[in-house]
Amino acid sequence: MKSAVIVFPGSNCDRDLAVALELVTGRKPAMVWHRETELPDGTEFVGVPGGFSYGDYLRSGAMAARSPVMHAVADAAGRGVPVIGICNGFQVLTEAGLLPGALMRNAALKFVCRDVPLRVENSQSLFTAGYNAGETISFPVAHHDGNYQADEATLDRLEGEGRVAFRYLDQCNGSARDIAGILNDGGNVLGLMPHPERVVEPAHGGTDGRRLFEGLLETVAA
Amino acid sequence: MKARVFVTLKNGVLDPQGKAIHHALEGLGFRGVNDVRAGKLIELDLVDGMGEAVIEDMCRKLLANTVIENFRIERLESAQA
Repeated sequence: MKSAVIVFPGSNCDRDLAVALELVTGRKPAMVWHRETELPDGTEFVGVPGGFSYGDYLRSGAMAARSPVMHAVADAAGRGVPVIGICNGFQVLTEAGLLPGALMRNAALKFVCRDVPLRVENSQSLFTAGYNAGETISFPVAHHDGNYQADEATLDRLEGEGRVAFRYLDQCNGSARDIAGILNDGGNVLGLMPHPERVVEPAHGGTDGRRLFEGLLETVAA
Repeated sequence: MKARVFVTLKNGVLDPQGKAIHHALEGLGFRGVNDVRAGKLIELDLVDGMGEAVIEDMCRKLLANTVIENFRIERLESAQA
């Protein structure tokens, strides 16, 4: 699988994501600087990594969402290319309008940095094919602005259409309906606050995240 | 000309920062504060005659996230600015 990782000024999980992707796909992803206007030809997967793009100025993800490369990411998403946004990447995707809702300051105003148990709500998506529905997994979170909010109608639609991919079992940031990760209406864009790329090797303390990338690889290859 | 853009959270959107400021005011002994909402003030220095519609476009495309925020534009003509 030919993958690309977008790099903004202030991204800091781009390397972690690249290492995880290389481990699972056997191929180094292209690192694409935010000023680029195109993705490499034949890109089959796009990762928008965590970090603090533009120092979280204005709003988390707001500046990065208006970077030149995001037009290319939106085009790819429109063609059905799978796109994942992790942590700051999730914030960027909501700011870019590729996912509904917004990520606000954590309700308790604290930066949360720990492992959290999650429930896999939908195992039918490109990104969750490696899990069983209802399964409990553990990913680390590390964020200050992970409080997912959307209006009631949007939340009802997400739930009704099976677009809540992951839910917190241990509420850590005040998110509406304990939502940790959501899919777009086409099912090919996932945004989540927890970090699957940080749990891909036993030395990380867990490998639950690896199955996300393995499931994706299998689905894309099929 | 200059314009000021006030960005505020929509009603009903939880404002943890406002809440923390409220607690801090109470901690300092200020009584009678019912609620605090925090927002942003963005000052724009613009060429004279910039249309209201363009400034609104700036607000919608970048300055405010209209999923959670409202904005209000206040124009200050050169004489006042």
